[in-house]
Amino acid sequence: MIRFDHACKRYPPGFDALSDLSFEVAAGELVTLAGHSGAGKSTLLKLIAAIERPTSGAVLVHGQNVGSLKRTAIPYLRRNLGVVFQDQKLLFDRNAFDNVMLPLTISGFPPTEARRRVQAALDKVGLLDRQKAMPIMLSGGEQQRLAIARAVVGRPNLLLADEPTAHLDHETASDVARIFGDFNAVGVTVLIATYDAGLFPQARRLVLDHGRLQ
Amino acid sequence: MTPVWIHQSRDAALLALRRLVVAPVNTLLSVLAIGVALALPAGGQLLLGNAIQLARNSAPTPQISVFMQLDADKRAAHDVEVHLKDHPGVKAFRFIPREDTLARMRASEGLADVIDALPKNPFPDAFAIVPTDPRPSEMEQLAEELRHVPRVDQVELDSDWVRRLNALLRIGRSGVVLLGLLLSVGLVAITFNTIRLQIMTSRAEIEVSRLLGATDTFVRRPFEYFGIFLGLAGGIVALLIVAGTGWWFRQPVSELVRLYSIDFSLRPLSLFDSAVVLLSAAGLGWIGAGLSLRQHLTDE
Repeated sequence: MIRFDHACKRYPPGFDALSDLSFEVAAGELVTLAGHSGAGKSTLLKLIAAIERPTSGAVLVHGQNVGSLKRTAIPYLRRNLGVVFQDQKLLFDRNAFDNVMLPLTISGFPPTEARRRVQAALDKVGLLDRQKAMPIMLSGGEQQRLAIARAVVGRPNLLLADEPTAHLDHETASDVARIFGDFNAVGVTVLIATYDAGLFPQARRLVLDHGRLQ
Repeated sequence: MTPVWIHQSRDAALLALRRLVVAPVNTLLSVLAIGVALALPAGGQLLLGNAIQLARNSAPTPQISVFMQLDADKRAAHDVEVHLKDHPGVKAFRFIPREDTLARMRASEGLADVIDALPKNPFPDAFAIVPTDPRPSEMEQLAEELRHVPRVDQVELDSDWVRRLNALLRIGRSGVVLLGLLLSVGLVAITFNTIRLQIMTSRAEIEVSRLLGATDTFVRRPFEYFGIFLGLAGGIVALLIVAGTGWWFRQPVSELVRLYSIDFSLRPLSLFDSAVVLLSAAGLGWIGAGLSLRQHLTDE
């Protein structure tokens, strides 16, 4: 599903965020990516979603070399990925429903089917009764769950999450972790960057240290 | 099932409309600026159209006026009449005796006193000739020939002023075109800037949409619609301004032409011209949007 092949990412003027990284994630796996702050966890996720390109080496997703994708092909890669961003990137000018609707609008889903899917996704994360709420009115945990709903509404087979339980109290964090577990249980490959790998006891653990795998 | 791009175009159009409505003051100001800018060439076209109509009404057929020498008697005039009757280049003619001219002039307002003060009739006998061939070159040839007829003093081509008017109208048309081009640039600049502000306020939405797999087309489309709608609204404002101005001038113009006893009424902008205004406004709005997007949307 995901394969890193001697991938490096160097930021100018010469900071190596990731060095000679090689690993694989098989379809249906649940993998956590741990490591200190600045170890390169976010960079690694960004390489998979083609938000950044590797300086050298290859990053393959579904057998496709993401690093050499043409600019015009990147949107179609992203539509097959669900990503929960570290800063969530919710849009505060529209309600919860419309936030989750956005990916389906982008990929051109028929509206009726799309509405049904949005409600299913909101239901899955327990926000169906909050669908009319603006993101600003949601608690931290609810915002996080909203971000997850948006990531999964397109029913991707690969779900990436960057610190999805940061800033949440333990109970809410376990809640969120359980949702990821549920998706994994139905066959979705899940890769989570987290400082608290203990929340995902069933996961295979990768640990990054200064841009290298331990 | 309707194709994807139809949903997406409709969604983009709705989004563009929503963005227009969300900032009503900005929208109104941009639309007014575009409207005023477009009203100038559109108004110029209105004036030009009416001037052309006026020129056609006042000069239905070109004429040649032949004036006899002041001391020529009626016999000389008769000789010319005979000459004209047989001339193949003359389709019709009318003799205007000097006495008639004097009487007509005396009847004109304000001239009676002047004419009474003159020692003798200052007007010559005259002929008004309609030529067989109204082309300017042929008329010129006929006029030249008539100048050599005995006792003829002056020959005037009435087509002269029509030609001068046509030349003036050509200048007017060039002016309208130039004005249109200049103000088109202004219109593009206005949309360019408005879209730039739109892009800046929509940064978060653009960024998130791209992260979720939006293509460039998807991101650009609402802004393109925005530019088109802005241009169209400006075009409508321009047409309203021109129509309003026409309505405002209708009364004074009809009074003026009545004084000149000309059959003329101020015509509104033709359907074709109105369509041209609207289409070019929309097109220029789209171009402004395109340029702005290219400038402000290149980065990932």
